[in-house]
Amino acid sequence: MDISIVSLVATLIVAATPILLAATGELIVEKAGVLNLGVEGMMIIGAICGFIAAVNTSSPLMGFVAAAAAGAALSFLFAILTQYLLANQVASGLALTLFGLGLAALLGHSYAGIKPPSSPKMEWGGLADLPVVGPILFNHDLMVYFSILLVIAVWVFLKFTRGGLILRAVGENHDAAHALGYKVVRIRVLAIMFGGACAGLGGAYLSLIRVPQWTEGMTAGAGWIALAIVVFASWKPWRLILGAYLFGGVTILQLNLQANGVDIPVSYLSMAPYLVTIIVLVIMSADRARASLNAPASLGKIFNASH
Amino acid sequence: MSLIALNGLTKAYPGVVANDDVSFDIDRGEVHALLGENGAGKSTLVKMIYGLVKPDSGTMVFDGEDFAPAEPRAARIAGVAMVFQHFSLFEALNVAENIALGMENPPKPRVLSEQIREVSSKYGLTLDPDRLVGDLSVGERQRVEIIRCLLQDPKLLIMDEPTSVLTPQEVEVLFETLRRLRDEGTSILYISHKLEEIKALCERATILRHGKVVGTCIPKNETAKSMAEMMVGAKLKTPKKSKTTFGKTLLAAKDLSLKSVDPFGTSLKNINFKLRAGEVMGIAGVAGNGQDELMLALSGEALTDAEGIQMDSVWVGADGPTERRLRGLLTAPEERLGHAAAPDMSLTENTLLSGFYRQKLGRRGFVNFEGATAFAQKVVEEFDVRTPSVRNAAKSLSGGNLQKFVVGREVLQEPTVFVVNQPTWGVDAAAAAAIRQSLLELASGGAGVIVISQDLDELMEISDTFAVLSEGEMSEPRPAKGVSVEEIGLMMGGTKV
Repeated sequence: MDISIVSLVATLIVAATPILLAATGELIVEKAGVLNLGVEGMMIIGAICGFIAAVNTSSPLMGFVAAAAAGAALSFLFAILTQYLLANQVASGLALTLFGLGLAALLGHSYAGIKPPSSPKMEWGGLADLPVVGPILFNHDLMVYFSILLVIAVWVFLKFTRGGLILRAVGENHDAAHALGYKVVRIRVLAIMFGGACAGLGGAYLSLIRVPQWTEGMTAGAGWIALAIVVFASWKPWRLILGAYLFGGVTILQLNLQANGVDIPVSYLSMAPYLVTIIVLVIMSADRARASLNAPASLGKIFNASH
Repeated sequence: MSLIALNGLTKAYPGVVANDDVSFDIDRGEVHALLGENGAGKSTLVKMIYGLVKPDSGTMVFDGEDFAPAEPRAARIAGVAMVFQHFSLFEALNVAENIALGMENPPKPRVLSEQIREVSSKYGLTLDPDRLVGDLSVGERQRVEIIRCLLQDPKLLIMDEPTSVLTPQEVEVLFETLRRLRDEGTSILYISHKLEEIKALCERATILRHGKVVGTCIPKNETAKSMAEMMVGAKLKTPKKSKTTFGKTLLAAKDLSLKSVDPFGTSLKNINFKLRAGEVMGIAGVAGNGQDELMLALSGEALTDAEGIQMDSVWVGADGPTERRLRGLLTAPEERLGHAAAPDMSLTENTLLSGFYRQKLGRRGFVNFEGATAFAQKVVEEFDVRTPSVRNAAKSLSGGNLQKFVVGREVLQEPTVFVVNQPTWGVDAAAAAAIRQSLLELASGGAGVIVISQDLDELMEISDTFAVLSEGEMSEPRPAKGVSVEEIGLMMGGTKV
């Protein structure tokens, strides 16, 4: 078999980046006590809006900015439904995914088959020429490093800042947070929009860098894997990286195995990342006491101020 | 000069006037009691002082200035602090984080931890700032709230039913702290319906009924009964039991153990007791010491070893709720809305929840709505449940009325054993007396009754035998006559007596 470990690791980082971006956003949303199942929809809207903006301005940066804005805009719809109109979060999130997939297909009608402007790689000088470490760590585009910085920023925010403490408090017990005078709805709306922006970035990474072109339904379940990774990480930012790279690794490995003509039917191999997702989720939630210890206690519950 | 004066505060919600022209004042360094039944408007009133609710009309003067806090933040800055009845704490956060959330400008974590240690030792309220609140006992949790308030040097401290979850010894510690604060010049607004405590602690009392001030008094010069009658506005009867001889054993627990599925719950460890016909067994204990788990184990919602629970020489520990109901073991859980009754369903539908098999309210998979309506009607009539009709949703009933319905629904199914958790929690005095009376009548008729409660006065009033749950272990049941409140307090704290 001809699989180089170095190139495998280098490509799995690229494969993991969109999932990592979306999962980081969803982590903040869930820490605020909101379950937004619309990640897939926000990702694909980000993918197409980013693609359109990048093609028309010939600037990948404008693409990512537009993708974040589009993801945030779609998530604002979810925020209105769930925070102001008190709609059920699960149903609204599923609707958001379906809506996003349909809208993206409509918007992207005339963009199939076009090549987007290419994104520059981060310049590390000579570091990129180092053996092994060079291709793995110092030969990526800006967004890869951005996604890792984002995880660090989220970790610092949640652990060391007062804003993070308030966000966690709102997700833990919204009634108590309200009684202490915190604006539960406003905090949640902001968290949801942050999550939307991150999902949009993740989507744009797919259409602008990883693939890079627009095809209908190109997210192909990445949003769902991002949701699963948040649970896998027990709502802890650092473990997101581990989870995302693990799932990225399974995805890349199955592609490599397929390319090398391993004697396993292709459908089993393409199932692999999703099967691993399901198995990991089952293992994670097998111990009910531990699972509920880590989850934000108000997750998915509707907040209705009684006064 | 008074610290705070309320003038004609009025607040109406759709369909009910919660506060109607309420006026009174609190002096500096005074402990002032606010008395009233549930629904009398106490909570709404303090929420207005704390800035959570805006009054429709009326004014407040605090510390010589007009006071109309738009949000809790404004009230806190002015010097008002509040300890909530249902603690406003976050279980997954540690003590210091919880305290920081209730402060305007919290210092750095390390400094804050130092301050917490300082204040907690000064007032004799031991507390470790690094522990998770979820791991604390209820008494310790209350300390978190109190210290959160004290760190802000409040001028007025509002305490909403602070002792309802404490052991008698913990109440003593709390009172020590409050007296000390009073001597330092802090005013305290103390809300409770425990009248003996108010006699011991408060200088003046204002009594609310249906949102209006109906009287003021000096608690020291009143009796508990006279204050209770001012609250209710009627004479009160004490429930009585007609006989005290016991028959054969109806229900026995043998080394009953249950692992809690709640990460902050308490597992049951080797519980043993025998309940005889005609006996009312009271089980006391501070909340969170295994009451919920014991209730689940007895109702059959959580299964245990078959041999853990015995009814008439049959092992039932592994049988579900339906089998147990058919054998005559009926239960009424603590949480009225959502556990005992489905909030959005009508009373008729709610009778089906527990009466379906035992009352034969269905046949071949179809519901017999006529039968269910008739049964619901019977419960409403015999237990004096005030509702427009049995078609009304459970959540539309007041707490007391719904509790009467929940208890009546089980009692009228003629249980041989009836287990009830917190039968009169948050229920007005008249309804509480009616519920207690019905439990005593049930026992007089030959059934066995287990009452799990945190209200010691209630247990002393109705129990024949008495046991205490502490950290999932149960003391040996003993005759309730002759047990002193001090002894119970020690047992609740985990000491073997």
